[in-house]
This record gives sequence, structure tokens and C-alpha cells, in this order.
Amino acid sequence: MQEFKTVDVTTDFLVIGAGMAGTGAAVEGGYWAKENNLKITVVDKAAMERSGAVGMGLSAINQYQGENSPVDYLSYVRQDLMGLCRDDLVMDISRHVNGTVHMFEGFGLPIWKDGDGNYVHEGRWQLMINGESYKAIVAEAGKNAVGMDNVIERVFVLRLLLDKNDKNKVAGAIGFSVRDPEIYVFKFKACVVSAGGAVHVFRPRSTGEGLGRAWYPPWNSGSSSYLTTTAGAEMTSQEVVFIPGRYKDAYGPVGAWFLLFKAAATSATGFNYMAEGLAEGGELHNWPPYGEVKPIPTCLRNHLMMIEMYQKGDGPIFIHTDKAIAKIAEKAPDKKTYKKEMKKLEAEAWEDFLDMTISQAILWAAKDVFPEEGPSEIMPSEPYFIGSHSGASGAWCSGPEDLQTEESKKEYFWGYNRMTTVKGLFAAGDGVGVSSHKFSSGSFTEGRIAAKAAIKYCVENPEMPEFDSAEVDVFKEKIVLPLKHYEAHTAYTTLGTATKKYDMPVEEVNPNYITPKMAIFRLNKIMDEYVAGVGSQYNCSAITLNIALDLLKLLKEDLSKLAARNLHELMRCWEDVHRVQIAEAHTRHKLFREETRWPGYYYRSDFKKMDEDKWGKVFANSVYDAEKDEFTMLTRPLMHIVDIREVVGM
Amino acid sequence: MPSFVIDEKCDGCKGGDKTACMYICPNDLMVLDEDRMKAYNMEPDMCWECYNCVKICPTQAIEVRGYADFCPLGASVVPMRGTEDIMWTVKFRGGTIKRFKFPIRTTPEGEAKPDGGFGAGSGKLDDQLLFTEPTSLKADNIWTLGD
Repeated sequence: MQEFKTVDVTTDFLVIGAGMAGTGAAVEGGYWAKENNLKITVVDKAAMERSGAVGMGLSAINQYQGENSPVDYLSYVRQDLMGLCRDDLVMDISRHVNGTVHMFEGFGLPIWKDGDGNYVHEGRWQLMINGESYKAIVAEAGKNAVGMDNVIERVFVLRLLLDKNDKNKVAGAIGFSVRDPEIYVFKFKACVVSAGGAVHVFRPRSTGEGLGRAWYPPWNSGSSSYLTTTAGAEMTSQEVVFIPGRYKDAYGPVGAWFLLFKAAATSATGFNYMAEGLAEGGELHNWPPYGEVKPIPTCLRNHLMMIEMYQKGDGPIFIHTDKAIAKIAEKAPDKKTYKKEMKKLEAEAWEDFLDMTISQAILWAAKDVFPEEGPSEIMPSEPYFIGSHSGASGAWCSGPEDLQTEESKKEYFWGYNRMTTVKGLFAAGDGVGVSSHKFSSGSFTEGRIAAKAAIKYCVENPEMPEFDSAEVDVFKEKIVLPLKHYEAHTAYTTLGTATKKYDMPVEEVNPNYITPKMAIFRLNKIMDEYVAGVGSQYNCSAITLNIALDLLKLLKEDLSKLAARNLHELMRCWEDVHRVQIAEAHTRHKLFREETRWPGYYYRSDFKKMDEDKWGKVFANSVYDAEKDEFTMLTRPLMHIVDIREVVGM
Repeated sequence: MPSFVIDEKCDGCKGGDKTACMYICPNDLMVLDEDRMKAYNMEPDMCWECYNCVKICPTQAIEVRGYADFCPLGASVVPMRGTEDIMWTVKFRGGTIKRFKFPIRTTPEGEAKPDGGFGAGSGKLDDQLLFTEPTSLKADNIWTLGD
């Protein structure tokens, strides 16, 4: 095995993960750090130019406030999450997000404008953009804000280090370069964890070459959750996954088709499940009050789809692109206008795919799909952890001081906005729980909010904390263990030596270790079959969840026998470790919340209904003790900071 | 196979320590076979088909073939990314060809200013105003309870 050298980095404020949230933290932190003579450093597992969930591009900005008030936005978010969100966090992002979007435009992002120079809305909150270079442009602003000397790329942060005198205070972080044999040890006063959500915890629908075609990117390995959880930060709503209903297989976006082109979806027998579900006596009335008003919550839209597919057997679900186009055409006064209109629509529809899910464009081309000629299938995906969309998992964070009632201030505010329950440890984007529906622009905004607060924390806590160097030595050993395992045991079994294009065999059988690919498959199988994945048609119960916990315990033990053949696989090994942690937390949260609150995300078959009395006014939270490897479950009260008179839709 | 490298077009980025595709891949999939000076995708089933390697390749040596477990053969989607816009050529299995051109940015590369042109704003470290606010909000002040 190659010798690893140690690279020590001392800074004041470290941004861990530079997707949209981390880039927001770089832009904001860069400014306030300079104002206060502090050093800011950004570390990313990939290249900032295209890292994170927006790396491919996006075709829309999904949160722009325009003239709407933060209370309007809150009404929509609260409704969509079946009542459970933090009013203070949601309104906080909402009140800043216009500024973020205007800054994006200033950076050089093309936002669609109408003839009068106003933004073109896809829906009330959504703006259409030419977003192929969205991340590249925003990352450029982030890099310019902190300076390239302070950006460290291709370094994977594995674990946070705590203050040796105060175990509730962060003092550093440890990770390694995925390109060179180097272990990185960071020392800092504060950090923001903005390392994304989690994909491939559950088995994806495509398991061959298309394994990587998850809706959310495959490089999101649950690092935000792992870093905050293992530092002892209180976590919230780890049970609330997100399942997007998207074009089948390639998971292309449906937003423009539903919102802009007003396409309808039906079962294979033509049943308009959304309209019928809302009508008197329809299924949605079984989920009051959220099912009874528009917009229909995301989970309930899935739920209606799943009834058609799994209960009635009336799948697949079709989105009627052809009818939507025909309807638009009908409105055209003459043939020439129609042709012109169609050409514009066609470009818009294809850009929607080409900007953000190019696979869908390939799939349509490969199947000779012409949306004007017939409908296409849509399908609910496997579950993902994504605190920035219609999911809610993440760290339990302090909110802003001014958006509180006297009562909520005692529960939701502890000094610094977006600080977790661990001192100096901030979170943003997918890292923050119950602060949903922030999407790309809101994640960037939350990164800004967290960074400013973190710099304030550094100014008010000027002493550099100290971690235990013996602990660092233990981690250093642990990090490279998979490489050692491989070297120690690889000669024990025979390996194919047929001419291969690559010098690495794809898989090998050895009783002494497990490869990262097989570990992920093992995790996927457990989660899929026992924890309400696709394979169990999103059903679970106390019995299946407990079986999963037993199996996860064995898997966790076997993770100490992971083997890596090179640095790339070492990264995969540690990604697996991160994923298994959120898998266990998720399973425990599902077990704890004895109700079905988000049908269409998952069903507790032993608690089939929503229980407003017991679970409608609380968040399910947990704290993990890394030394004892023990979770403690608890609830925190849901407090409304403002009254919602009317739900404002899309 | 998600993204793949056309052997005869790849020049290994002419012996630099890392190729353009290695630099950009968000999932660390591209590697350089230094003996042959050819790059390849080492883990195709972890490819998201984000096309960043395709767009950045200086010799147009990288293309994408749709995931073999659900995508029929015969189609291609090929981008040409310039400094201001991107041109896409979509070739259907049945022979149809469609071309689309979309703008990608309105500022020259490298020129994204952190303040977005709004200036630093009037916030202090202990108030609620973020960098560039309230100017960037295009409002007089930040919203709070009671507004």
C-alpha cells in the first residue's frame, strides 16, 4: 500500500461540500470573512464547477417569491409536507430568496423574460431558465468570492472532530484525497455541512447499467447526515423521504408538462385519479385537512398513482402530452400561428430534458417518442433523502431570532441561525431538516444564511478549539483500512486474468472481505424489501423494520471488512459507511412514528392512518451517540408562528 | 454505457497530469490509462449521464450510449458547447434528426462577480441582512413578522 501523507489545513470557517448550498456559503462567507479578517476554506469531493445536484444543469428555478409574501410560501410548504415543517426556517429562506435569484441573474444565468422584461413563470413560484451552465456560473461566483487558493477539490470529508474539552463543540474534520494518497486534517472554529442528500440507500428501479440513473445524483451518499449525526447533532424527520413521480426509467422532469403545458395524467384505463381523488367522496378526503385542498401534496399525488398501479392493477400511469399539445394548438387562430407555436413548444419541451436530464432525451430518441403523437409513462421512483425538495430529513437547526413567537423562541432558537445542536456546526441545503421546498435557489440562500451566522460565531468565539490528536491517529488508521484489507487477503482466492480492458476485475469472491459494490447492493436489498422501497410497494411495519435493524447491524459489522483496490474504491467504501448510517436512522425514525402521514412516500401497514392527535403536532427527532453506537428517539413540538388563512397554490 | 471514450479520438489531453474529463466528472469515474494515454469510464453503472465529460472534452472523444438495461440502441444526443450557447443534435433511432440551440450564460466566462452587481449592501454582522441586501432584494428592507 502506498504511504499516505497528512495535509493539515487550519482555517476559521470550513464549507464542507460546494453544491448549491455550499456555494451560497462561499459567496456569503467570502464577504463576511474578509470584513472580519477571517479565513474561509471550501472543500469538495468533486470539482466545484459541476459538483452537487445541479451539476448537470436545471431547466427551472423552483423557488422565487416575486410579490408573494413568505407567509404565502409557508402555506404551500406546510400543506405539501402534511403539516410538518418549521415555519421559521421556511419563511426565513423565502424572505431572502428573491435577492439570491437576482444575484444569479447578475452572475450571468439566463432567466426567461417576456416581452415586457418580466420573468416567465412556470408556476407561481417557478421561473424558467436556460440552465445548462447554472452550477458552473454560480460556482464561479463562489470561487471568485473565496479565491481559488482557498478551494480544495477532490477531497472527501469523512468525519467531524470534536473539541477535546467540550464534546458538544466541533473543532475539525478529517478526510482524504480521492486522487492522491493524502489524508486531510482540518482545524477550524466553525463549519457548515452542505454535503447533499442520499441516493442508493434504497434499491433503484434500474439495477443494471442504469444503476446510476437515479433521479437525484448517485454521488449524493448521505454525507451531510453522516457528518452531523456522528458529531452528535440532533437530527429531525429522517423518516421523511422524497419519491418523485417522473417519466419512467430516465426520470425526466414533468414540471413543465404539468405546470406550463397543463398536461393531465391518468391510469391506463383513463381514470383521472387527481380530479377524481379531489371530487366529493374521492380518496383525498381520507387525508384531511391536507388532502381536501389544492395543491395536492406531493405524497398524496404519488398515493393516488400507487392505488391505480398496485391496488387496482390499472397501471401504468400515463401523462397525456399529446392531448396537452393538441389543446394548445386548438387555441391558435390559424395554421401559421399553430406551426410557430408548436416549434416554440417543442424546443421548450426538449430543453427541459436537455438542461437537466439528458438521459430522458436519449430515451425518447431511442424509442422514437414524439410527445404530440401519444402519451408517455410516468412512475414513482425509489425513495431519496433530500431535505431541499418535498422531503424533510436533516439536522435540527436553530432558526432566525426575529421570526419567532415568545414560545417558539425557546424551542427553535439557540443563538446562531442554522447552527445544529453542536456548537460551531452549521448546516445548509439537504443538510437541514424540516426546511423543505428550498430547491436550488433556496439551498443557495440557506447556505448564505448559515455562512453569515457562522462568521458571527467565529467572531464571538475567537479561540481556536482543539481536538484530540490521538483520536485523529485512530481515524487515520481507520480510513485506509479497506486498502489494507485488500492487500492482505487478495491472494487468498483465484482471480480471472483473461485479457481485460481495465486492470481491475469488476467483482471478486473472497471470504475475508466485501467489496463496496456488494455492500451497497446488500444495503439496497434490505431497504427495498423491509423498509418500504419499490420492492415492497412502499409498505413496512414494525415487524419488517425490526428485521431490517437486525440485518443492518450485521451489515455495519461487516463494513469493517470493506476492501478497496484503489483510492476511487476507498471513496466508495466510505460512501457506503455514510449511507448505512442514514439507512439505520431512517429505519428507526419510521419505527418511532406510529402512523402513516405521508402515504405515497411510505405506508406503515400496522398504522394505516394519519394520527393527528399523537403525531400531528410533533417532529420525530433523534440523537446518536457514536461512542456507544446508540440512538435516542425524542419528539419536538410543532409550533405555528403565523396563522394560515388560505393555502396559496402553485 | 453511459459515457464512453472513442479510442482513436482521445489523446489523453496530451500528457497533462489529469485529463479534462477527470477534472470535471462529479462522480470521479474517468481515469487515464497512462500507458496508452487514453481515458476511460471506470464505473459506467455509476454514471448519471450528466454529460459534463462530453461537453468538456477538447477532442470530442466522449459520447453517451443510453443505459443498456432500458434504452434501445441507435439514438444519440450530442452537444456542442460554446461560450454563450449550446447546440444539441438529437438523432432518433428511426432516423429523425432534431437540432436545438439554447443560450448558456450572459456574462463572459470567469466574470461572475460575487455581488451580482448589487454591491455589498448595508447589512451588519448582527442584523438579518445578507450580503448585497437590501439592494439585491429590490425592496427597501428585509421582511419580518408583522410586515
